[in-house]
Amino acid sequence: MTEERIEPTVPADKANWAPHVERLAAGGVNVGGRRLNGPQQGFGPMWQKTYKVRIPGVAPERVISEWKANYGSFWPSHSRFNAPVAGIQPGEVGNIQSMQVLSTGIMVLYTDDTSFSFMTPEGHPFAGWITFSAYDDGGTVGQVQLIIRPSDPLWDLVFLFGFGKGEDMMWQHTLRSLAAHFDIRTEPETNLVKVDKKRLWRNARNITKNSAIGSAIHILGTPVRALRRPS
Amino acid sequence: MPQAQVAMTVRDGADDAKVIDIDGEITAFCEGVMMDAYTQADQPGTKAIVLNFGGLQYMNSGGIGLLVTMLIRAQRKGHRLAAYGLTEHYRQIFSLTRLDEAIGLYDDEAAAIAGS
Repeated sequence: MTEERIEPTVPADKANWAPHVERLAAGGVNVGGRRLNGPQQGFGPMWQKTYKVRIPGVAPERVISEWKANYGSFWPSHSRFNAPVAGIQPGEVGNIQSMQVLSTGIMVLYTDDTSFSFMTPEGHPFAGWITFSAYDDGGTVGQVQLIIRPSDPLWDLVFLFGFGKGEDMMWQHTLRSLAAHFDIRTEPETNLVKVDKKRLWRNARNITKNSAIGSAIHILGTPVRALRRPS
Repeated sequence: MPQAQVAMTVRDGADDAKVIDIDGEITAFCEGVMMDAYTQADQPGTKAIVLNFGGLQYMNSGGIGLLVTMLIRAQRKGHRLAAYGLTEHYRQIFSLTRLDEAIGLYDDEAAAIAGS
């Protein structure tokens, strides 16, 4: 007897994914008009970075619901996340300001009850995906996992000279804050794997979209824009 | 950790290709199943590894992350990675995440093996 597969009319995960976009329509400096970049559109070595924290006694769904609602407040004070007005929903764009000077953003790629993911636009320090999840592993675990490459040769250098370490500290801080939100004081675990040591030289031209350069040009242009503004 | 809700079967395809038939859900929790399937497909003489997504029922972003990890392993071994059997919905996800620029998508197994 032949088994016939019946295709569901609407795929079970359809509402979880962002709709397809060629370029981001919304967003601030270094975001609007940019394409999204996965790890294979980046430049430097590819890393899988996993940070975990134990949050016993809290259901994974509740961890993710609180994480989505308070996302930016778990970040260190030197960086600011301007959440989308509609919240962390598939296809929404959030803006990021770091150290008062670097402007970039993310698009919400996927969400469900126990996870959500961001994808980075061209020019972001790294190209790839960040997934935030919670699951039961003999007690609830909150996790951040990045699959990324530094976006271009300049960001690759910056990562080599400490930005990568700073990024680890940022996600560790985020997980500490997440656990503290549930009155749990604990230290996160970190697991860094270099998945691919190769540099993708075909993507070296990404430097033309570098968000640090774009942010500097934007800041330098502020007086000119102010003069041009109708009084 | 939650159990993987997927079965992956490796079989011989034409022209020294190995085909991995995927039936179920691709999520971060199927890492062990996916890497076991890759290891079975990674035989001396294998030129291409073809993923048959005809039985794919659900995929989340963790699953997309596993596919890019498999892609890197395949590239390191000099294998071409191709896919077929994706519905329009999953083709759009491959396009959105730009995985389709690295993993060739085809309409059927013969085209995926031929790479055309």
